[in-house]
Amino acid sequence: MEEILKQADSGPPLQRIAFDTHDLGRWDSGLITFLIKVFHQFSHRQIDTNREGLPDGVRRLLDLAAAVPEKKDARKEALREPFLVQVGRASMDIARQTGALVTFLGESTIAFGKLFVGKAKFRRSDLWLTIQQCGVDALPIVTLISFLVGMILAFVGAVQLAMFGAQIFIANLVGIAMAREMAAIMTGIIMAGRTGAAFAAQIGTMQVNEEVDALITMGVSPMEFLVLPRMLALIVMMPLLCLYANLVGILGGFVVGTGMFDISFTQYMEQTRLALNLTHFGLGIFKSAVFGVLVAIAGCLRGMECGRSASAVGDAATSAVVTSIVLIVVVDGILAVITNIIGI
Amino acid sequence: MNNKEPHITVHDLTMAYGDFVLMRDLNFTVNRGDVFIVMGGSGCGKSTLMKIMVGLKSPATGKVLYQDTSFWETSPEEQERLMGNFGILYQSGALWSSMTLEENVSLPLEQYTDLNPSQIREVVSLKLSLVGLAGFEEFYPSEISGGMRKRAGLARAMALDPEILFFDEPSAGLDPISARLLDDLILELTASLGATVVVVTHELASIFAIGNNSIFLDVDKRTMTASGDPNKLLAESEDPTVRRFLTRGEEKEQAR
Repeated sequence: MEEILKQADSGPPLQRIAFDTHDLGRWDSGLITFLIKVFHQFSHRQIDTNREGLPDGVRRLLDLAAAVPEKKDARKEALREPFLVQVGRASMDIARQTGALVTFLGESTIAFGKLFVGKAKFRRSDLWLTIQQCGVDALPIVTLISFLVGMILAFVGAVQLAMFGAQIFIANLVGIAMAREMAAIMTGIIMAGRTGAAFAAQIGTMQVNEEVDALITMGVSPMEFLVLPRMLALIVMMPLLCLYANLVGILGGFVVGTGMFDISFTQYMEQTRLALNLTHFGLGIFKSAVFGVLVAIAGCLRGMECGRSASAVGDAATSAVVTSIVLIVVVDGILAVITNIIGI
Repeated sequence: MNNKEPHITVHDLTMAYGDFVLMRDLNFTVNRGDVFIVMGGSGCGKSTLMKIMVGLKSPATGKVLYQDTSFWETSPEEQERLMGNFGILYQSGALWSSMTLEENVSLPLEQYTDLNPSQIREVVSLKLSLVGLAGFEEFYPSEISGGMRKRAGLARAMALDPEILFFDEPSAGLDPISARLLDDLILELTASLGATVVVVTHELASIFAIGNNSIFLDVDKRTMTASGDPNKLLAESEDPTVRRFLTRGEEKEQAR
């Protein structure tokens, strides 16, 4: 291109250019884009172009490309907004999201209110199916993770405790850590990745397919029909999963303690029993119920907010997981401080 | 035409997404028993107009009156009552994918009627047989073809014997024969139900075959530029955009 322009500029002033394409074999869109650039440059220099030498197909494509002039305001400008505008936009976005969250919480509270007075409209079969999905179906992954977490806690603790010959306290460490914190957090995170994402994707896909619109125009509240059974299922199943994770985690610690550190079966069990009390369990189970609410809210909220495209469903699922995990960790931190202050 | 009773009146309607005004100054009346076509090029806001008419999206300004009740200004209870009179066929069918066809058609019946389960089953069978889907009660939407999903959507839209049926691009994505059959079905069923029908479409064949009244939304002027019987518009309209639309661009070719 540059060479052609150099030649055109160096010699005597050109009046017109023509094309000889006798030796031209196959051509593709590259030729067209090249020719458009050539025509553009030469029309700037007010040099005529004679297209007759070009193959018929090329001429027709060139005409077609020029048939509709470029729409002036259609191209998106890569505007760099001033810093203050960006801050303003971000703040407005946060305000909007907070508003959406509050509205969602309000609507779900109303839905729960209707549930308690027996007026909520949803299919019982949906509730049982969701209970199965976030209960029984989650058992294998909860078993694996809790067992491994129990073993890891036992290993880490045992290496330190063995220095004082106090391996027996592995039982205390594993028992208390699982009951108070780890079972609830691990099931929360598992359910965020497994169920929260599924909720967001299911409801998001229903948004894309206009299924949510169809519900609204049938006079069925999506909050009652879609969100309520999912929240209910997760709130009921999370404490049960947490209890189960406690048991499996303690079992993991037991395997390490008895298998590698010469603690007998009865010793380990007795030590665990002495270390734990109902408060520990109660606290963990309470936390898991709270985490269940958080995962359900994040999953359903992101699903309901989902845009109308396939990528929006992916974004909704990702955002549901991220929001749930962040909320779980933050709320767990707050609860840790509160329990510390009130001394339980 | 005007000896009929007005059923839906749209008055000075402006629709917008945020600051972006999609259409303004829409004024038209749909009479009882009309098959009313909302036509216009892609992206002109036909589907948005339908969303506003059925209560899914609020208008920026203006009114949608059902007889004398202004939908967007009345109480939520009254809105719900009005919505009970609508049957809507969405562009994608919008069947609930986790439910069988029988469950899809029975949900509106459970919601709005006092029928017992066996009566509901009978009504559902009737509606599915009216659209040629008898025997498919236990099928899920993913197990049937696109055309069948549209027909199942039609069965669901008619579940409550609605006074007003809305169709969003009913023949989009269907082969010509299925599209024609669906048009015939719509005409047949609405004539027998005596319903008022609003169809959003840009399929010319459907427009001329089923419509007896229409409006044309001009995407460039951002308002409606023609109204009336589509066949009359084809014969009489002098608006070049409307003529180009209704003749599939042929008049423009001739002008060249």
